[in-house]
Amino acid sequence: MSDDNHLKNNPNSSGPSRRAVLAGGTALTASLFAPKFLQAADFPTAEVNTTGLAVTDDTVTIGILHSITGTMAISETGSVQAEKLAIDQINAQGGILGRKIEYIQEDGASDWPTFAEKARKLLVNDKVASVMGCWTSASRKAVLPVFEQNNGFLYYPTFYEGLEQSPNVIYTGQEATQQIIAGLDWVVRERGAESFYLLGSDYIWPRTSNKIARKHIEDFLGLKVVGEEYYPLGHTQFNSVINKIRLRKPDVIYAIVVGGSNVAFYKQLKAAGIDMTQEDPLLLTISVTEDEIRGIGGENIEGAYACMKYFQSLDNPNNIAFVKAFKEMWGEDMVIGDVTQAAYLGPWLWKAAVEKAGSFDVDKVREASPGIELQSAPEGYVRIHENHHLWSKTRVGKAQADGQYEVVFETAELVEPDPFPEGYQ
Amino acid sequence: MTRTRFMRLDEWIGFAILALVIFVLLPAALDDFRLNLFGKYLTYAFVAIGLVLCWGAGGILSLGQGVFFGLGGYCMAMFLKLEASTPENTAIQSTPGIPDFMDWNQLTALPAWWEPFYSLPFTLLAVIMVPVLLAGFIGFAMFSRRVGGVYFAIITQAIAAIMTILIIGQQGFTGGVNGITDLRTLHGWDIRTNEAKTTLYFVNGVLLFACLFIAQYIRKSKLGRVLIAMRDQEDRVRFSGYDVANFKVFIFCVGAAMAGMGGAMFTLQVGFMSPTLVGIVPSIEMVIFCAVGGRLSILGAVYGALLVNWSKTVLSESFPELWLFGLGGLFIAVVMFFPNGLAGIYNDYVEPHIKALFGRGKPERSDEVAAPAVETPPSGGPAQPTARPAAQIPPAGTPAQ
Repeated sequence: MSDDNHLKNNPNSSGPSRRAVLAGGTALTASLFAPKFLQAADFPTAEVNTTGLAVTDDTVTIGILHSITGTMAISETGSVQAEKLAIDQINAQGGILGRKIEYIQEDGASDWPTFAEKARKLLVNDKVASVMGCWTSASRKAVLPVFEQNNGFLYYPTFYEGLEQSPNVIYTGQEATQQIIAGLDWVVRERGAESFYLLGSDYIWPRTSNKIARKHIEDFLGLKVVGEEYYPLGHTQFNSVINKIRLRKPDVIYAIVVGGSNVAFYKQLKAAGIDMTQEDPLLLTISVTEDEIRGIGGENIEGAYACMKYFQSLDNPNNIAFVKAFKEMWGEDMVIGDVTQAAYLGPWLWKAAVEKAGSFDVDKVREASPGIELQSAPEGYVRIHENHHLWSKTRVGKAQADGQYEVVFETAELVEPDPFPEGYQ
Repeated sequence: MTRTRFMRLDEWIGFAILALVIFVLLPAALDDFRLNLFGKYLTYAFVAIGLVLCWGAGGILSLGQGVFFGLGGYCMAMFLKLEASTPENTAIQSTPGIPDFMDWNQLTALPAWWEPFYSLPFTLLAVIMVPVLLAGFIGFAMFSRRVGGVYFAIITQAIAAIMTILIIGQQGFTGGVNGITDLRTLHGWDIRTNEAKTTLYFVNGVLLFACLFIAQYIRKSKLGRVLIAMRDQEDRVRFSGYDVANFKVFIFCVGAAMAGMGGAMFTLQVGFMSPTLVGIVPSIEMVIFCAVGGRLSILGAVYGALLVNWSKTVLSESFPELWLFGLGGLFIAVVMFFPNGLAGIYNDYVEPHIKALFGRGKPERSDEVAAPAVETPPSGGPAQPTARPAAQIPPAGTPAQ
């Protein structure tokens, strides 16, 4: 196994965190309470805000920038809900540096120029102290120059292709190697897989992810890729690739199909008689969370494996409290996927960084961010790496007919984020 | 009997008011951020002016103007991207010196057809000529076969869809869904600063007026009258010995050139170009700008582009979850109650009062709206000199013959 090269240990996660803000537990807020409330009076506005951000004596304003209309709304709504939940919980504990968080929500409308326009509006006009936002890589790429030019601070929740490390972004989702390598190692070790068929939707994230997967399979594991194919976003005819899969008989179908195409893909796979519960071939995906299963239908994807860092079914006190609070706020029938959880981390990570820095100024928050840790994350302990990504565990879940995943594997240690992986370019 | 003067007094006044709005009022009233937004809206006005010529005057409804807008924008973006992709800026890549998205897609050398875009003069030429050549090709293929009206609209829409798929599919060469992003300088001039954006806004305004004058000139020339005749009675024009197809190709190319210019200005002011500006939805939106402004009025088109985009911004900022309904309501209201858009409202409700105010016995007709029935009676019947123009214009819903 070449795990050792990629799964670096988490050297030092013990000991109380610097401000001891994130210890202990309460029923509602997943063990997030401050031992002593920080009073605004201890932090005069003139001192915590030297750069003209929207901070008053009792409030601080942040931005929420997701698509709530258009094709991406279905995916991004969960992120908005999680961020609002986190903000409510933080406010219920007394806010940040004694200030309540207020938010200005803008709609990116699934349109990348609109994202750039709204990002500029939030930073230049509203002077927000930070922004929780974006989902697709395209929207992030569109806003990135805006954030760098105006020195804004973005918490980006989605697992993505890596190859990026902006001083103005904290990536709370996994970059590609964190999501791919441990999953491939698992399927080889536990299921003895030897041949892989890679397929995905045709854009940067699936292509980059499959590039990394192929390098890992061929160069590090010494195994075989028997096919690699891409389909346009929204493609719904997968019969030809399903025929090729039957012909070449790979041990593993490695699928990175996104959005509406997922529904067609899994239904057609089932209709073609490929029963995923038999694991012949086994299907491993990195693009289907609980949110997508709602559209696909649990019975159509039962038996498939997904490699994520978070599943709603995770059994730990943090997550149980988080799921409960989320459902109380947004309704019993809600499901929580990987990205939703990552979005939930954004406000908490920002709070911790601001409190460590003792300031809302972006430069100071940026400086304080590396090393920030959350004991209370629903996924378990996470910590911000110097490269602005999170140390987090990788997990493999098996899809159940009820639309949930059963966790079958998790890495023993936190996986180090590596947005520019050497040997995988 | 026909007026050949370039502009009447009231048209000069209309131009002057628009110039006042664009060059004085908006810059004085808005901060840098909002002014930049209006600069972005005005890039759509280029397309809308082209549509007034093609659709309002020529009767050619194109649902694919986004293609030309996008081509112009991509040409400019390629130049800016090459300038931004210096070996120093891209040192982290496997192949330094090529645009970042090429590196992500395992390209190891710059494709040959990107090379010319190192040159600014070539790029500026390409911004106009690439859309024009494509429009010329489509135009010749369609119009010489007498494909027109709804069929032409459908074909342009298909081209918009094809172009999007092509750009997304060839992501190693085009940046795919992400588009071409992170553009920085134009010949060493940082286009991201507020000063640069303000300068670009004024450059944009000047170019827009150049297009407006060209459009005005075309409409007032013999060519313009042939176009209107063609729109209303294509066969008569053909039987009179005109080559209808050539006129159509020409005006379609003019519209494409203007859209290309708009796209290039968009790239400069917004800082990136992506396939979301090329496809069917933006193309139809551009027709809506034109319809809201009044498809017969070039000034109306500019106001339409400004009004629709400004409402989009304001509504979505105030009601992030409901704004689309507001926008939809606006379109429905315009189409139902004001089929000639803002320009129609002006002609029907404002202009008579102004006339009354001055108490002049000016001619009834106004060719701010180039009312076809007055200039060339369509059915051979007598012109009705006292009827209001709006009543004589085909309803907006049935534009193409």
